[in-house]
Amino acid sequence: MPSLKDLRVRINSVKSTQKITSAMKMVAASKLRRAQAQAEAARPYAERMERMLRALAASVSDMPNAPPLLAGTGKDQTWLLVPVTADRGLAGAFNANIGRHTRTLARRLEAEGKTVKILPVGRKGRDYLRRELASRITGDISYAGKRRLEFADAGEVSERITAMLNAGEIDGCILIYNRFRSVISQIVTEQQLIPAPPPPEGEGIELGGATYEFEPDEETILARLLPQALAVQVFRALLESAAGEHGARMTAMDNATRNAGDMIKRLTLNYNRARQANITKELIEIISGAEAV
Amino acid sequence: MTNKTKDHASMPVNLEIVSPERLLLAQPVEMVVIPASEGDMGVLEGHAPAIVMLRGGIIALYENDRVTDQMYVAGGFAEITPERCTVLANEVLAPTDLSREEGERRLAAAEEALAQVEASDVAAEEMALERVQSARALVEAVDTLLTGGGR
Repeated sequence: MPSLKDLRVRINSVKSTQKITSAMKMVAASKLRRAQAQAEAARPYAERMERMLRALAASVSDMPNAPPLLAGTGKDQTWLLVPVTADRGLAGAFNANIGRHTRTLARRLEAEGKTVKILPVGRKGRDYLRRELASRITGDISYAGKRRLEFADAGEVSERITAMLNAGEIDGCILIYNRFRSVISQIVTEQQLIPAPPPPEGEGIELGGATYEFEPDEETILARLLPQALAVQVFRALLESAAGEHGARMTAMDNATRNAGDMIKRLTLNYNRARQANITKELIEIISGAEAV
Repeated sequence: MTNKTKDHASMPVNLEIVSPERLLLAQPVEMVVIPASEGDMGVLEGHAPAIVMLRGGIIALYENDRVTDQMYVAGGFAEITPERCTVLANEVLAPTDLSREEGERRLAAAEEALAQVEASDVAAEEMALERVQSARALVEAVDTLLTGGGR
C-alpha cells in the first residue's frame, strides 16, 4: 500500500499532465481550424488548373513526344516514394500509419524487382524510415518551425522531383499522405504523380464547340503548366496532411485528457481510502489505550 | 484584342484572379488588360477562347474606359472564354504591397541566378531570364503604380 504522501505526489503529477494535454488539445483545435481554412482557400486554384490542363491535354493528346512529367520516362524501374508526415509526434498513429504504409509499398515494389527511392517530407517520417530503409532515402525536406505552409514550400518538393526525373534518376513518383476526412479519421492515401494518371472520363470541358487558341503554343504552355500542376498536387497533399495532423493530435490529446481524468479519480479514491484507514487505526489505538487504563 | 462594338461593351467579363493560396478576386469587369507573354492583351466580353502564358506585369481592370484597379502579377497563366477570364497567377501584389526594395532585391537575386546558369542549359536559362523579366516588371510596377501613375 503506497503511503499517503506517495499518492499525493502521483495525483499532482497526473494533474499537471492533464493540464498539458488539454492545452495541447486546445492548440490543435485552433490550428486545425486555420489549416482547414487554408486548404479550403487553395481549392479554386487547383480546380482551375485542372480545367486548363484538361483543355491542353485534349488538344495535344496525339503528341508524339509527350513530356516526361505527363507520360513518364517509358520505363517503370525506379520509383520515388514521397511520404508526407508531420514534424512533431504526439498525434496518435498519424505518422506511424504513413511510415508503415511506405514500408509495405517499398517492400512490395522491391519484391517485384524494382528500385525504390524515398524522399520523406516531414521529420517524423524521415526518422521512422531511417531505421529500416535508410539506404533508399535520397534526402529529406522538413518545415519544422514554419508557422504557415506556403506554396513555395510545395514548389521545393516538386522541383526536387522534377530534377530527379529529368536527370533520369527516377521513372515514376508516388505521393503518400494522410487525407483529412474528419477530426477523428485521416485516410492514408497513395497518389501517383508521375506518370500522370489519365483524367477521369465523363465530365468533358465545356468549350461550346470552340477550341482554344494558345499563346505562345501548346507545347510551351504545357511544359510550363505541368511543373506547376505537380506543385499544386503536392501543395494540396501538404495542406491535407497539415489539417490531418492537427485533427489527429486533437483526438489523441482528447483521449489522453480523459485518461488522465480517470486516473485521477482512481488515485483520489485510493488516497481517501488510505486516509480513512489511517484515521480508523488511530481511533482504535486511542480507544484500546483508554480501555487498558 | 478583339474589336467590339458599343452594344457589347455593356456586357461584362467575369474576371477571376487566383493564386495558389487563395481566390483573390472574382468580379465582372468591362475590360481587363493582362500581360501575356507576347504583349499585353485586352480582354472584352466575347473574346475567342484562348489559353495564354503571362509574364511579370500589371493587370489593369477597366470600367467605362477608365482604370479602376491595378495589380502586379509575377507570371502565370490565363484562360479566356467568351464569358470569363481566369488568371492563374504565381503571385499577386496589390499596389499597397509593392515596395521598391523588394523589387530590387529580387532583381539582383534573379540576375545573379542568370549569371550562374550554364550556357548549354537552354531550359534553365529561359527560366532564369523569365525571373529577371518578372523582377524587372516588379520594379517598373512600383514606379508606375506608386509614383504618380496608378489610378
